[in-house]
Amino acid sequence: MSQGVEVVGLYVRDQDEALEFYVGKVGFRVHTDVRNGGFRWLTVQHPDQPSFQLGLFVPGPPTMDEATAQSVRAIVAKGAMPPLVLVVSDCRGAHKRMRELGVEFTQEPVERFGTVDAGFRDPSGNGWKLIQARK
Amino acid sequence: MLGNCHGAANSTLQPDPELLRRLLRAKDRMDAASHEDWPVRRLAKVSGVSAAHFARSFKEAFGMPPHRYLLTRRIERAAALLRDTEMSITEIAFHTGWGSLGTFGRTFRDVTGENPASLRTQERAQSQEPGRVPHCVLAAAKRPHLKTAVSEKRRRTAPGTTRLRKTKEVS
Repeated sequence: MSQGVEVVGLYVRDQDEALEFYVGKVGFRVHTDVRNGGFRWLTVQHPDQPSFQLGLFVPGPPTMDEATAQSVRAIVAKGAMPPLVLVVSDCRGAHKRMRELGVEFTQEPVERFGTVDAGFRDPSGNGWKLIQARK
Repeated sequence: MLGNCHGAANSTLQPDPELLRRLLRAKDRMDAASHEDWPVRRLAKVSGVSAAHFARSFKEAFGMPPHRYLLTRRIERAAALLRDTEMSITEIAFHTGWGSLGTFGRTFRDVTGENPASLRTQERAQSQEPGRVPHCVLAAAKRPHLKTAVSEKRRRTAPGTTRLRKTKEVS
């Protein structure tokens, strides 16, 4: 077996919307999508990274009380969750493709420190850096 | 628009996440173009709220008024340009959105406690390869703290007749 981090979760405001965004626009694919009553375990993954899953979870009962969930929703919507980094082979190309699909970019591609980076947000407010891999 | 978008009806209630998400859009736009002019009505339009509600809602969400936030971003950019480029101080002042060199220098000193030129010298003396920290994260980590209005900060340091070279921040 191989050891390591398998799932890291993001909080999103709506799982259908997040699924449409991460699969339909960013280019990930669904790994697991199972429901148990009102609870939905949803993870997606990068096609080149089969050992890692990004969880798309909504804060709320049964795993979290409603008052806490409300605070978490506010934190996500204010863009206060930690930074996420997506590495791509061609930042400008990825930016163009994603922008045409309606992704909200917070920073156009900029060339610096020997690479190119841009920034975007998911519909919930989670912020991503889009960084071109150094060759 | 979804639900109640005011969020200001009762300040003890958590503001509506939909409103916060739209306020974040205005903050992002200032981040992306801090050198531009951002009058309240322009920001309010980005967020889809009335100009009357915008400033208060922004402050409730992000802890400082929108124009003070813009100021911190301009100073942050100016400091980065001083550190990382050979641009002259005049060029940096206009590049980061100030209408006059005098206002830039004064605000820069009020916020950072340093002159632009001395900050450049200092930063270069202790500069390190930024290495593997993404640039935006590094920039945000170096963002100047501006917990009070610049005018207030000015008042507090006013008693000394000469401008202090180094202002010790007591937080």
